[in-house]
This record gives sequence, C-alpha cells and structure tokens, in this order.
Amino acid sequence: MTKRMPWGLLVLLAAFFVPAAGSRFYTFLANDVAIWALFATSLNLLVGYTGLVSFGHAAYFGLGAYTTGLLMKKLAVPFVLAFPAAGLLAGAFALVFGFFCVRLTRIYFAMLTLAFAQIVWAICFKWNEVTGGEQGMPEIPYPDFGWLDRFASVPLVGGWRTAEYFYFLTLILVALCLWALRRIAGSPFGRLLTTIRENAERAEFIGVNVRRYELAAFVLAGAFAGLAGGLFGIFNRGVFPDFAYWTKSSEVLIMTLLGGMGTFYGPAIGALALILLNQQITAYTEYWPFVLGSILVILLFVFPGGLAGAAQLIAQRVWRPRRA
Amino acid sequence: MPDPSFVFAQSVSGLTAAMFLFLIASGLSLIFGVLRVLNFAHGTFYMLGAYCAYQFMVWLEPGPGKFWLAALAAGLVVAALGGLVERLLFRHLYGKEELYQLLFTYALVLILSDAAKMIWGTQQKSVSRPPELTGAFSVFGAIIPDYNLLILVLGPAIALTVWYVLQRTRVGRFIRAAALDRETLGALGVNVNALYTWVFVMASFLGGLGGALISPMRATVPGMDTEVIVEAFVVVVIGGLGSFWGTFLGALIYGQVLSFGILFFPRFSIFAVFALMAAVLIVRPWGLLGRPLK
Repeated sequence: MTKRMPWGLLVLLAAFFVPAAGSRFYTFLANDVAIWALFATSLNLLVGYTGLVSFGHAAYFGLGAYTTGLLMKKLAVPFVLAFPAAGLLAGAFALVFGFFCVRLTRIYFAMLTLAFAQIVWAICFKWNEVTGGEQGMPEIPYPDFGWLDRFASVPLVGGWRTAEYFYFLTLILVALCLWALRRIAGSPFGRLLTTIRENAERAEFIGVNVRRYELAAFVLAGAFAGLAGGLFGIFNRGVFPDFAYWTKSSEVLIMTLLGGMGTFYGPAIGALALILLNQQITAYTEYWPFVLGSILVILLFVFPGGLAGAAQLIAQRVWRPRRA
Repeated sequence: MPDPSFVFAQSVSGLTAAMFLFLIASGLSLIFGVLRVLNFAHGTFYMLGAYCAYQFMVWLEPGPGKFWLAALAAGLVVAALGGLVERLLFRHLYGKEELYQLLFTYALVLILSDAAKMIWGTQQKSVSRPPELTGAFSVFGAIIPDYNLLILVLGPAIALTVWYVLQRTRVGRFIRAAALDRETLGALGVNVNALYTWVFVMASFLGGLGGALISPMRATVPGMDTEVIVEAFVVVVIGGLGSFWGTFLGALIYGQVLSFGILFFPRFSIFAVFALMAAVLIVRPWGLLGRPLK
C-alpha cells in the first residue's frame, strides 16, 4: 500500500512562500483565495455532504464579518477573541435559523435559507447605528502584530508588512479550519451526513435522527462560514451589507460547484480557479459576470462534477485504462 | 393616528406596488407551478422588458398609442427570448437536481443582465408616461396619478385573463394537468415539451410586460433584476408556490406590509417583508393558498 501524497500540506507550505516569491498583489490574491476556500468548503459540508441546498449561506459569512468587525473596531477587542466570536455568533444564528430550515425539504429549504439570509441582510442594511447601514463599516483594524517586532531580525519570520503578517495568520487559521472540517467530514458523523444525502429515509430506518444531524451540519457550516467572514472583513478593510446579500450566496455556490461538490478539496480548488480567472478576465473586459455565467452554463451541461470531477475522470482514464 | 386621507393614499400606493409585483410574480408562479423550477432569471426578463420598452420608445414614430405598442412589443420580445432559452437549454435540465436548475437560471441572470449592460450601458433609462395618462385626480384628499389608476385596473384584468386561460381553455386544462402529472399527460398524446415551452413563453411575456409597464414609474437601471426577483419570491412564497390566486393575495399582502411598514417602522419595513416570508415558510411552507407538494 502506498502512502498518499499529503497534497494539502504541500499546498500550505507553498502558500507560505507566496509573499517571499511573488509581489504584494499575489499575496493579496492568495489571501482572498484562502478565505473563500474556507467559505466554500463550509458550504460543501451542507450541499455536497448532506445534500442540503442552501441559498443563504452568505448570511453566516456576513454575520461573522460584522461580529469580528464590530468587536475589533468599536470595542477594540483583540483578534484572539473577536475571531472565535465570529464563529460562535454565526453558529448560534445558524442554530436558530437551521432549526426551522431542516424541517423543510428541497425547494422550501432553499427558500427559507434565502429568506433568513435576506433578513440578516436587511438588518445590516438598515441598522445604521450599529452596522453603519448602507455605507457599511470601513477601516476595520488589522490584528496587532506589534509583538512580532522583536523577531524583526530573524530571516523569513520578521520584517514583513502588516498585510503579509495577516496573510500568514489567515493561512494558519484557514488550514486549521480545513483540517477540522476534513476530520468532521471523515468521521462517523460525516459518513452519516452522506448517508442522509443518499437516502434520508433509509438513514431514518437505521435509527438516525435525520433532522438533528442536518441541524448539526447546518450549525457547523454556518460557524465555519462565520470564521471565514471574520477573516474577510479584516482582509477587505471593511464590512458591507453586500456580504450577506443573496448574490453572494450564489457566488459561493458557483465556486463549490466549479470545484466539484463530491470532493473535499473541490470547493477550495473552485475558489482558486474562480478568483484567478476573475483576475485574468477583468484585465481584458469589464463584463466578468457574462463570462462567469457562460462558464457556469458550460459547467452545468458538460462537467457537472466540476473541476475535481473532471480531473478524476481524466486521471482514471490515464492511470487505469479500461480492460479490453 | 395619522389622518385618513394619508392612510388611504398609502394603501393605494401599496395596492399599485402590489399590482406590479403580481405581474412579475404571476409568471414566476406559473413556471414553478408547472415546471417545478424556481426561475431566478425571471427578474432579468422583467428588467429586459423595461429596457426593450425604452428602446421601442426611441425607435417608434410618435403617434397615438405609441407607449402601448412599445410595451406590447417589449413583452413579445422577452417572450420570444424566454421561449428560445427554454427550447435550447433549459429543457435539458428538467430531470436533473434542483441545484443545477437553480444555478442555471442564475447563470442566465449573470449573462442576460451583463448583456443588457453592454447594450444599454449603466446610465439609467427612463420612459415618459403615455400623454393621455399624465394627469392625476384626487380621491378622499389623496392625489392619485392617472397612470397608477390604470395599473390598478390592469393588474386584476391580467389576473382574470390568465385565470380564464388556465381554467376555461383547452391549453389551460393541459397546463394544469401537466402540473399534476406530466407522464400521464404525455401518455394521453399531449405534446408536453411544446406545452412547457409555451408556459415559459407566457410567463416571460408577463415578466417582460410588467417591466415595460413599470418603466414610466421607476428608472430602469442595472441591478433592478436581482432586487425585484427576491421581492417576487416573497410574494409567491407567501401566497403559495404555484398557486395563481395565492400569488395575487401574496402581492396584495406584500404591498400593504411594505407601504404601512414604511409608515410605522420606516427603517424596518423591508425586514418585515422577509420576516413575513420566513414566518409563512415555517408555519405553512406551501403558502397561504397553495397545496402541499406530494
């Protein structure tokens, strides 16, 4: 038996060298990718593993972003507390919303998640005193990296700009979250979620409380989306009601689908592909949505398994040619 | 207590909003009722209707009934587009998962709204009201523009027409049958594929017409499609997905909640609308007048 390559670890290691090798711009892009990868993977737990199509996942992303943003900007709470708070609050909301959502099936589930997300958006949009309303909340401070100054003379560790320190921090946190999600997906709990996706009725027969499992998946997905949102608010230097708008929810769904829903790293690959593509294409044309829509159509009709699915298919053909 | 004429004016404005929403939402509900697909692109059809109306107003020679001709033409163009999309692409997704269908309609939103941006730019476009309806009159001390009154009449008129088509004509019977049992209808020798295309055409026509009719009242701008589609979702969900009169009722409720919500809780009326949608989904997922899906 051959040991599999630790691809995840290798990618992480490579990602650490982006600021050293590339420009500030590539660090910025890589940071964006890392956060969206976490957001999309959290959604995949729900859509890909449990088979629940949420059209309001942006709500928890937005909630996390506002939580961390508010705590750090208005109350000067340090990042070590403000970051987990994003996950906790988003998870708490996911618990309340999810409680109702998992009672519904299919299209009604999607509609209710959308309704709840729009409620979150409406509150963020209108509650001027707290959220800054339509204008959002600019100038979210970076976490304090001052204590790293004493390492300034150590090569590779010291001497980076704040944005780069934040990038390293993002990498570590996203890696930890992805590792946790991977453990969850691979655990007996995760297997049961897949069972529910494949056949909820049968899962019920073997004594699984389907709704409770679905709710647990909903809360976990919401909490990790909240953590991604918390990072994104800082990265974006501001939090805006758009974060929770329904088009954001479809964006992350597209990423998940592009990468491939059936696989764990698919959504992360989707995030990478979509962000790089966006960056390449917007250099030529302002009509990115048009291109994105066309990609989506091709994806739906030709590669419903996404990039990961297509790669798997090709790999199977190359390494395991069909026997005659 | 605010004075009665103000309350009256407010409820009339809510009613006008409701009639517009009904025009859009009825098409959405029709597609869902028959095809069991939530069409995100319906809002974009509505936006294209508004842009087409503007374009026809530019092209057409001035003359009597120019606006009405433009509105009708806009509706027809959008209807043709809807039919084309259904025939070429959408029909291949009927048997697939809901997620694929939803995302396909979302892809249409991206493509069509960007295409609209390429054609008409980002500047807002406005259409002037038809000259015969620029006046206003006052009832109970409230001033109501003639054009709004026309919409108040047109909304129920279109509702009745669609109802008549669905309930009293042969095609309508087929459409209702297709909503209940597609296979059996096909086995009885009805061309269900063509029927689906016609439903799509009809729904797109309603959406396009709605957009054309609203163009004299609101500026036509990019982004109006993603805004209106959630409103239409609220309406159909409250009334009951696929239920025709439910959609009418949902639109009435939405209009009143919005216009009185603005009166009493100016900041949270939009919140109230979504809260209402969530509440209906929790208590009666199939809506006020809908029937539970099997």
